[in-house]
Amino acid sequence: MMLIDCPYCGPRNETEFGYGGEAHIAYPKDPYALSDAEWAEFLFYRDNPKGDFAERWVHNGGCRKWFNAVRDTLTYQFKATYPAGSARPNVSGGTQ
Amino acid sequence: MADVQELRRSPLVNRTQEMEQASGSAVSIREVRFTTQVGLRAEPGTAGYAALETHLGGLPERVGDVVGDVDSTAVLWLSPDEFLAVNEPDSGLAETLTKVLGDHSGQVLDLSANRAFIEISGPASELVLRKSCPLDLHPRTWKVNQAYATEIAQTPVILWKVGEFTWRIAPRTSFADHVVSWLLDAMIEFSHQEV
Ligand SMILES: [Zn+2]
Repeated sequence: MMLIDCPYCGPRNETEFGYGGEAHIAYPKDPYALSDAEWAEFLFYRDNPKGDFAERWVHNGGCRKWFNAVRDTLTYQFKATYPAGSARPNVSGGTQ
Repeated sequence: MADVQELRRSPLVNRTQEMEQASGSAVSIREVRFTTQVGLRAEPGTAGYAALETHLGGLPERVGDVVGDVDSTAVLWLSPDEFLAVNEPDSGLAETLTKVLGDHSGQVLDLSANRAFIEISGPASELVLRKSCPLDLHPRTWKVNQAYATEIAQTPVILWKVGEFTWRIAPRTSFADHVVSWLLDAMIEFSHQEV
């Protein structure tokens, strides 16, 4: 069982959490100005890196809050968790 | 007109006898009926938060925290801006707190029938809970009058330690029967004389 460190509740079992895809995707300032291709890109196109990836997670089994995490997609290691709305922290160390 | 207080049925009324029979000196179980439960939403730092905080004598600030206690009005931490106030049946707490919040941003909602409260007590109560609760229940980590959202019997519950050997388990009403069945099964081994 993997532990995920909720910014509000501390370390909890991974089964209490839900996944919400890539973090830091800003809603377009003026959606009407977007072409169909740009709108599709906002809705559906996501990075798929091998290594560190900033993601949204939700703590369903506890505080029910959304937060962000930097996770290594190769090792599954959570390198940082931080409240939604704050900037992505610099985490040192590459894939381990 | 019929009296609502007389007509209402608690979610575990059908299990009363079973719970009595299963209770012993090592661990006992009962339902705490018709508690008043009020859901509170308020962002720390806002006027609504301050109003509720002043009236209730504080709001819990961190995970696990409870302001007040089981004998009066208790406010349990659910998230940084969400709390659950609990006290005795028909206390009118929701009406009172609605007035306290007034027009400030935030929310006061009567959730009294939302959760059932099951109390288990006795020296073996921690062992019974440990069979399925993933959190660390050891007294070194879990102090008296701390409450956490967690799981018991694969069911989301709020688990509140109200005394050294006494716990209150609050599942949603529709899951209460399942949780009691599971607890009764987990309690069986403690009803026998040790050899
Ligand atoms: Zn949490």
